Amino acid sequence: MLANYGYKDGSGDYFITINTDLCNGCGECVAVCPANIFIVVDEDPNDPMRDGPVAIVAEEKKKKLKYECNPCKPTQNRPPLPCVEACKTGAISHSW
Amino acid sequence: MQIEMREEKKQEFWRWKESNWKNPDIEWRSGKFITLGIDVGSVSSQAVVMVDGQIFAYSNMRTGSDSPHSARKALDFVLEATDMPEDRVDYCVGTGYGRVNVPMADRTITEIACHARGANFIYGPEVRTVLDVGGQDIKAIQCDEKGRVTNFLMNDKCAAGTGRGMEVFADLLGIAIDEVGERSFQVKEEPPPVSSTCVVYAKSEALGLLRKGWSREKVLAAYCRAMAERIYSLVERLGVKPQLAVTGGLAKNSGVIERLMFMIGLKPMNSKWDAQIAGAIGAALFGYALCQKGKGRKK
Ligand code: SF4
Ligand code: SF4
Repeated sequence: MLANYGYKDGSGDYFITINTDLCNGCGECVAVCPANIFIVVDEDPNDPMRDGPVAIVAEEKKKKLKYECNPCKPTQNRPPLPCVEACKTGAISHSW
Repeated sequence: MQIEMREEKKQEFWRWKESNWKNPDIEWRSGKFITLGIDVGSVSSQAVVMVDGQIFAYSNMRTGSDSPHSARKALDFVLEATDMPEDRVDYCVGTGYGRVNVPMADRTITEIACHARGANFIYGPEVRTVLDVGGQDIKAIQCDEKGRVTNFLMNDKCAAGTGRGMEVFADLLGIAIDEVGERSFQVKEEPPPVSSTCVVYAKSEALGLLRKGWSREKVLAAYCRAMAERIYSLVERLGVKPQLAVTGGLAKNSGVIERLMFMIGLKPMNSKWDAQIAGAIGAALFGYALCQKGKGRKK
């Protein structure tokens, strides 16, 4: 499943997508993210039939991703995003 | 909150009919697993009782001041339609905006999962996109032939373009909520959309247009159009694959839905069931699946 967390507003699209078919719940993204965007849960709230842990975006972060991720996203010379780099399975992507 | 209180005293144009129903062809006594789905939304709450995965009874009510109370009321109301005692329920799943506050729930599951599963049940396995336009948010979901979510996107940043906004607007114009759709088409030509669907701005804009001599129908048409455009801008990102099902409270509002479908270029599917209960149906079905997996209350 492609789980798109975030929002669209007047200034653009701000979504983090987690491909839950790739995610193995290892928790690397949780460890590296300075803004505590991710959490790993044992039961996927969007897929009750799934067995095994999965990463989701924390409820209270969903509506402010643009601001929370700002420090990782300088307008010039943007380095690879820590979360995307840490995820060995390639499950995480950002829309902006 | 203040706006809400003021409206309570006036004639309640936004108020739709609460209902409950029982399937006379199902005997709960011979059921193996009886599951309950309770969907507490921001505007309406539903309870669905299923006997072995078939709809036995449901209720649809307005959400009250808090979620536990609304869940209780929806449950009492559905049981009222039946002669089944509450303790016969094997498993209860809570979903919706207020799902974390459904006291009788054995487990909570998101509306995303429940609406996809519910739409699959109501409309059949051809559904690939579910658009749920609720009281407070809009969700676009893609699913497979089993009703399993493959892709989803949700926008709950602002109530604009949702059911609650429409209720406030209907009240302002003094048009009953279930007439909004029809009345919005009683215009000679489609007016341009109002510039904002934000409830507060749209209200003052509407008053301005009325003063300018626009008919109430014309103002309504402009608002419906603005809502349709806003919803479209949100679902555009996900993409819409046929067949399309529209669920949630706004599904009944042809004024918005027909305009939206024109933009999308698709017709939504029809069903004999009320699309508003899709979430609770999905919840009850998950309860049934969990019981079959041996995860129910009774082992
Ligand atoms: S790092 Fe990747 S695989 Fe590991 S929990 Fe996070 S998203 Fe899932
Ligand atoms: S970009 Fe930075 S702040 Fe945003 S989710 Fe990734 S690691 Fe966290």
